[in-house]
Amino acid sequence: MRYFKLFAIPVDYNVDLALVNKNYLDLQRAVHPDRHANASSRDKLMAVQSAAEINDALQTLKHPVKRAEYMLSELGVDIRAEQQTLQDPLFLMQQMELREELEELTSATDVDAAIAQFEEKIKQLNTQYSAQLAEQLASNNEQAYQQAADNIRKLKFVYKLRDELERIEDSLFDD
Amino acid sequence: MALLQIAEPGQSAAPHEHKLAIGIDLGTTNSLVATVQSGEARTLNDDSGTAMLPSVVRYQADGISVGSDAAQAATQDPANTLISVKRFLGKTQAEIEQSYGQLPYQFCEDNGSLAIETAAGKISPVKASSHILASLKARAEQSFGNQDILGAVITVPAYFDDAQRQSTKDAAELAGINVLRLLNEPTAAAVAYGLDSGQEGIIAVYDLGGGTFDISILRLHQGVFEVMATGGDSSLGGDDFDSLLVEYFKQQTGVTALSPSDLRLFINKAKACKEALSQYAKVNVGLEFNGQSHTVEVTREIFNELATPLVKKTLRSCRRAVKDAGIENEEVLQVIMVGGSTRMPLVRSQVESFFNKEPLTSIDPDRVVALGAALQADVLVGNKPDSDMLLLDVLPLSLGLETMGGLVEKIIPRNTTIPVARAQEFTTFKDGQTAMSLHVLQGERELVDDCRSLAKFSLKGIPAMAAGAAHIRVTFKVDADGLLSVSAMEKSTGVQAEIQVKPSFGLSDEQVASMLKESMSNAKGDMQARMLKEQQVEALRVIEALEASLATDSQLLSNEELTRLQSEIAELAQVRQTATEPSDIKAAISKVDNASSVFAERRMDSSIKKALQGQSVDNV
Repeated sequence: MRYFKLFAIPVDYNVDLALVNKNYLDLQRAVHPDRHANASSRDKLMAVQSAAEINDALQTLKHPVKRAEYMLSELGVDIRAEQQTLQDPLFLMQQMELREELEELTSATDVDAAIAQFEEKIKQLNTQYSAQLAEQLASNNEQAYQQAADNIRKLKFVYKLRDELERIEDSLFDD
Repeated sequence: MALLQIAEPGQSAAPHEHKLAIGIDLGTTNSLVATVQSGEARTLNDDSGTAMLPSVVRYQADGISVGSDAAQAATQDPANTLISVKRFLGKTQAEIEQSYGQLPYQFCEDNGSLAIETAAGKISPVKASSHILASLKARAEQSFGNQDILGAVITVPAYFDDAQRQSTKDAAELAGINVLRLLNEPTAAAVAYGLDSGQEGIIAVYDLGGGTFDISILRLHQGVFEVMATGGDSSLGGDDFDSLLVEYFKQQTGVTALSPSDLRLFINKAKACKEALSQYAKVNVGLEFNGQSHTVEVTREIFNELATPLVKKTLRSCRRAVKDAGIENEEVLQVIMVGGSTRMPLVRSQVESFFNKEPLTSIDPDRVVALGAALQADVLVGNKPDSDMLLLDVLPLSLGLETMGGLVEKIIPRNTTIPVARAQEFTTFKDGQTAMSLHVLQGERELVDDCRSLAKFSLKGIPAMAAGAAHIRVTFKVDADGLLSVSAMEKSTGVQAEIQVKPSFGLSDEQVASMLKESMSNAKGDMQARMLKEQQVEALRVIEALEASLATDSQLLSNEELTRLQSEIAELAQVRQTATEPSDIKAAISKVDNASSVFAERRMDSSIKKALQGQSVDNV
């Protein structure tokens, strides 16, 4: 778990984002190319590489899906470039219903309330899957890792829904 | 000319010696240069006591003039007087004509890049920009008693794409300026305000200049300026407000087509009218052309009505940026106004009501960017070793690759904090395929045609294998200046693929090199001397940097490694003083460079550990 070590934080899916942000700034202050503007070209190159890695680590640690995928791949299950689809009819059915609901949002009588309600649903799903993920990733159990992989796939659906919702909100703003 | 001061290795110049560095605001309408003296940033004036240099260059058969002289000639000699040339950087003729309509220039091609036909020959936007930069550099050198300037921070609109940033850097190189950093204009403004007033929190920088609009949402925390989001329009600025007035004048006077010199007259009158309306409720504009004279009355109400759609357009970008930053309007603590166009009362009132906050205007909106750039240049060049200042920037537009069917696949999304490196793998399509071409694009749209083409890369020297067997890993790197570089490698064999870059806009490295040579060809004998001097300065920099590192971190090396590195350094110091060929020094530098690579790596690791010291004890 190189990224966790780099940021000097405990290996745990539930990260302290405030601490991550704070340590990120301390790290960048040490390595950023601007701090080495007068150094030799070798040092400058090293600075760019280190700063890029720290930026990458931050993006990974901050994003719940990326963080989970990263941890899982470090545990030996890499699903980041997978083509495999989710085999969970119940979940997929629920997703289809949510998508339909999403498409009808703009025609609701109170659009703002409908959006807020939908947001709440997404949030609940997110909390549910995240809590399960944290346990599974800490389990030290191969079977749980496979379940974690499925959970990540589900979380991706949830995030896609969230993106879609944002797009709809944007299109309302632009009028 | 001042003599170069040379100290023995290990006894480098006194640590408190003030190094000369400048900040340059290369603006669309006006440019400025500033520096930090006695701890305070100030803009440098020309001989007549003026800080602002109109970004205008006039090309005549017998010479080049830059600034107000050139600007005054604009009406009589519009075709040879290049105004607002920054808007042309990294653009095609078609794009320019579509964005700005009728312009008094004769566009042409010069080696595949855009140029303008003038009395002094074909002039590219990069070259014209370099003449503006050279003029500012000369001004600074003069005010420093002709001492060498170590480097400059040059500002660019936050929304500038790779081609535009690269063009700016090329222009600086042509002007003989060592670029310490390309800095986003809004970030520079925040530096000026942030350091002066110690602000902390989220700040919006609303920058409406002569030709570009930028909105940036920055977070200031413990002296760190983090760009949370940027947005804007690289083709919207004060000039567009002038165009609206020009159209209004045409409509009121009943004229349809204007000669280049009449058009220039109309534009000048429009600019003056707009500026006067910031103070007066009504302005009468006298227009004399075609032997007739007209007077057009413009009230502030009429102007506001014309201008409102443009101001609303800027507010839409503001809303987008606020959203991108993941914040709400109410979280914005301060709004900084940058650019001369923010003097318009309509702009101030609309921005105030959008953010529900009175914007900051205490620093001259025309100078604030140059002042911020100077402050950062001062830090980068090493005048403030204890400074905590760190500027984090983001990639303004997504970078992607063309895939099948004219679609763009995003490799690095916009608003990713830079520097950043991302790798993507490709494979071959045919048996025995040894080459492959990639098309790099920048933009948010899905179709290739809707994005900006940055470059086409061809990878050659791929080992011949069965189709699909070769795994080519292409790495995209964006440095702290926001500039892209690409490298590629075949994974199974480790063969480094050769890359040829053909920028779609701007100049290739070879073109820049040949232009540099050309600019020095007047004094061929000097060229060798200049290159030798450059290498000597570079060698000195390497030696000093390494000596300083060894003084603090030599314990990271074994005795053997230390001895070896020290002897390489001693040899470089020797070569530096005796060599007559620049290439000899260059070779010695690269030897030291290689010998120090392990040292550089360990030092970086150790500084990373040091940065979070105490943390790991608390948390693990």
